[in-house]
Amino acid sequence: MSAPQSRQPRPRKKSASLFQLRQDIPDRVFFAAGFVIPAALLLIWWLVASLGLVKPLFLPGPLSVIGEGWRQLTEGILFEDASVSIYRIVVGWAVATIVAVPVGILMGNYRLVEGLFEPLISTARYMPVVALIPLSILWAGIGDGQKILILFLGTFFQQALMIMDNVKNIDINLIRAGQTLGFTNNEILRRIILPAALPGIWDTFRITIGWTWTYLVVAELVAANSGLGRRIMDAQRYLSTDTILFGTLFIGLLGLLTDYLFKRAGKSLFKWSSQTR
Amino acid sequence: MNTTAKTAGPPPTISVDGVGRNFTVSGQTLVAIEKIDLDIQQNEFVSIVGTSGCGKSTLLNMIGGLDEPTSGEIRIDGVPVDGPGRDRGFVFQTYSLFEWMTVEGNIRFALEKSTFARAEKDELVRHFIHAVGLSGFEKAYPKQLSGGMKQRVAIARALVYKPSILLMDEPFGALDAQTRGMMQELLLKIWEDHKVTVVFITHDVDEAIFLADRVIVLASRPGRIKKDMRIDLDRPRSYEVLTDPKFAAYKREVLTDIREETLKALGAGQA
Repeated sequence: MSAPQSRQPRPRKKSASLFQLRQDIPDRVFFAAGFVIPAALLLIWWLVASLGLVKPLFLPGPLSVIGEGWRQLTEGILFEDASVSIYRIVVGWAVATIVAVPVGILMGNYRLVEGLFEPLISTARYMPVVALIPLSILWAGIGDGQKILILFLGTFFQQALMIMDNVKNIDINLIRAGQTLGFTNNEILRRIILPAALPGIWDTFRITIGWTWTYLVVAELVAANSGLGRRIMDAQRYLSTDTILFGTLFIGLLGLLTDYLFKRAGKSLFKWSSQTR
Repeated sequence: MNTTAKTAGPPPTISVDGVGRNFTVSGQTLVAIEKIDLDIQQNEFVSIVGTSGCGKSTLLNMIGGLDEPTSGEIRIDGVPVDGPGRDRGFVFQTYSLFEWMTVEGNIRFALEKSTFARAEKDELVRHFIHAVGLSGFEKAYPKQLSGGMKQRVAIARALVYKPSILLMDEPFGALDAQTRGMMQELLLKIWEDHKVTVVFITHDVDEAIFLADRVIVLASRPGRIKKDMRIDLDRPRSYEVLTDPKFAAYKREVLTDIREETLKALGAGQA
């Protein structure tokens, strides 16, 4: 019996195996991949700046941006700005969340509550928050309250609708199981619907606090003395592009950190959930 | 034609009297169930089969009190059904376990509204975990279990508080063939040990005959009873009965009925 052809599977090239449809890749590779594009952009940015292709006024080099960061850090400005801004973000987001959770849960469970709120919220979430700045000053003055109000308006409406969806997405048979086991509507709401929807709601928290971050500059646009957003707006007046770039990147970095913290916390809080990986 | 499945003899545990159910879909009235008369005796195992859309789940939901008939009445031990009750346990096709509770926690949760003493509850939980073959998995979370194991938890959860009736809506529909076979034998054993009345919805004809004392075939659109067939096979049953000539004869009869209904539905462009 002859076997002219080898039956052994051909060894696959490693590079090819990274490009299989929907196939997992090693964690190290996945993690490292996240740095490739930022590093490339940094390199291009540095090249463009150091070769003098663009005037520093339009695009300061990475080194001068880092230098600006160092200045803010050592002068204590950075810490002050960040703490003021983080305070506003946390309070604005928390207030929105405290209102959106019950509203969203009730909307998801009672058609009547959905009917009452849905048209209003769906309209409100398309209204430009920037346009509400004059009114917000009129209503809430020029203190922290006004910044928090803007952050609330930018977060609440989307959040309430997303939480409604989180609640609606749970298996209807969980509710029915509760009914057949003799639990009251109130008990089913608290002890079945709420825990079942919680992993989804946590994900909504993670996404919406990201949106709160994006509204920071809008919130600190008018009548603010300090804050990361304020610093950027002030820099506009003096054309300090390095301050603008540093501020923007720093906000992005804090956003990334927030996202990571929520992801980690979610993973350990909801180990039991089949949704968490 | 309307076949009734009323029985003579002792008063039935479940009695379905002239039950109809209409749904309103975008302004149009859809008759899901026209008129069903059905009696089920104590400790009877009844399978209900039919093509999709024949209203078999709707019927089960109404018996369970999760849905209300448009006309007619359902009574459990002579008392009209008014919502779900702890005399009826329910097992759904989607496993519907509480993911944040352990196996033990899921089953114990069902006992919360029971008046048993604490020690009795502990014993019941332990007993049913053993009965469904999950000893050793008490502290596991549903996420860690296979489909068959999840459904065993659901069965234990539906039986632990000692309902007299067990309602099952295609409980093994999502399982693979081998697991399904094992689950059927397990269910029969539990049914023989614990003596409950079972109403079992399925679209698997083998499964319906293998398990039941009676197979009810529903005609579709609108749903009504096409046939009420007594299954005269010895108990306890094992998988060997599947190759019994009597089994084959029952199967042929049910398949013919269902095929007829399917063709009718296709002809009406509703399949």
